[in-house]
Amino acid sequence: MAKLRLASYWAAACGGCDVAILDTHEKILDIAAAADIVLWPIATDFKYADVEAMPDGHIDVTLFHGAVRNSENEHLAKLLRAKTKVMVAFGSCAHLGGIPGLANLYDRSQIFKRVYHETPSTVNPENNEPQVKTVVPEGELTIPEMYDTVKPLNKVVDVDYYLPGCPPTPKQIWNVVQAIVSGQLPPKGSIVGASEKTQCDECARKKNDKKITAFQRIATAQPDPDACLLEQGFMCMGPATRGGCDSRCMISNFGCRGCYGPAPGVVDQGAKALCSIASVIEAKDEAEIERITAEIPDVLRTFNQFAIPSSLIVRKVL
Amino acid sequence: MTFEPKIVGILCNWCSYTGADLAGTSRIKYSPNVRVVRVMCSGRVDPTFILKAFADGADGVLVAGCHPGDCHYIEGNYKTIRRMALFKRMLKDYGIEPERFRLEWVSAGEGDRWAAVVNKITEDVRKLGPTKIKPAARKKVAFSAA
Repeated sequence: MAKLRLASYWAAACGGCDVAILDTHEKILDIAAAADIVLWPIATDFKYADVEAMPDGHIDVTLFHGAVRNSENEHLAKLLRAKTKVMVAFGSCAHLGGIPGLANLYDRSQIFKRVYHETPSTVNPENNEPQVKTVVPEGELTIPEMYDTVKPLNKVVDVDYYLPGCPPTPKQIWNVVQAIVSGQLPPKGSIVGASEKTQCDECARKKNDKKITAFQRIATAQPDPDACLLEQGFMCMGPATRGGCDSRCMISNFGCRGCYGPAPGVVDQGAKALCSIASVIEAKDEAEIERITAEIPDVLRTFNQFAIPSSLIVRKVL
Repeated sequence: MTFEPKIVGILCNWCSYTGADLAGTSRIKYSPNVRVVRVMCSGRVDPTFILKAFADGADGVLVAGCHPGDCHYIEGNYKTIRRMALFKRMLKDYGIEPERFRLEWVSAGEGDRWAAVVNKITEDVRKLGPTKIKPAARKKVAFSAA
């Protein structure tokens, strides 16, 4: 069998997905044996022009990390889509919008104002802001245009598979690579490298009746390592989140943040997580409920940390 | 043309839906702006339903159930109170004006109260104008009860 041609690209991402690929350790050598890498900006020196020169459908698989947040991200998403047979939205940002998607609570002008004028570490006496085009004596310089709204990959191009996680676990990456190499792929549009259960279903902690009388924060309290975190009042998105990560956060004594995305059948992860967690607050009196829920400082970002750009309402009304 | 708010009402079967029915049979005149969806209990109302209504273009959403203590299923509406207390804050974080969403208690005998509740939210939303959620910010999804 001919070697696969593999691309791994980062758009609006932190690089953690690439590190997760490297975290397959010595199996990375097996990946290299099975596939020729044709683009991998974090590790190799191929240029965009090399991709542009390829015939359509030349790349067998693209692992696309990161959300689409600027014109460069969008250009590469469309370019790689044209050149690729199997497009994988790899990681929470490509799958759902991810952490960069929290920028949808602002727009570009608010972000520029904060970053280039207001932050204490910024010195900007001439009030400069990034410009898409700048004329200098040597010619015209251009940088990509940043958008107001962050999008998941499937809002920009057709996506064949989704591999969730922030980042996906190396074990699941390896499972998916094996499935690709052996050609045993599920129907198009499937979520791969994850389970069909919720996080709670897979979590090994002891679970009893859930009655929350106070919300705790990890900064100020130490959770019991064996009991359900929610029952102890620590935020955990387990009830509404898809499983498959081997309970990474709960094993580390930390509540699930929701990075594997909505559980099967869940339309809006943030609303569903809020629904299930609010219902087990142990109070009937409105003032008492207000007092208990006041411990949650930031509702939307707590319950929907990774999926705002793919939720029912994808951005804040400004 | 004057703006007529489109408001989605999600009503519990036992109290509020019957109360709305009473308003009708008592021939009380009130705003015709609420489109009613009947559920068995206000405790069935997943915040997803409300976001879905806003995403589909509703200018306002009204959830109505039995008064606390009167729930047909004993505790269903206490779950509603807990969820909606938090959900109101989520709507605020989305930048949706608080007047566009109301949780109200209407018993089977309160046809006049139902009319007053509907008139109140209709006038509040009319003052705010049409939904400010841009079509590009709404996700369309086919929805099966999950």
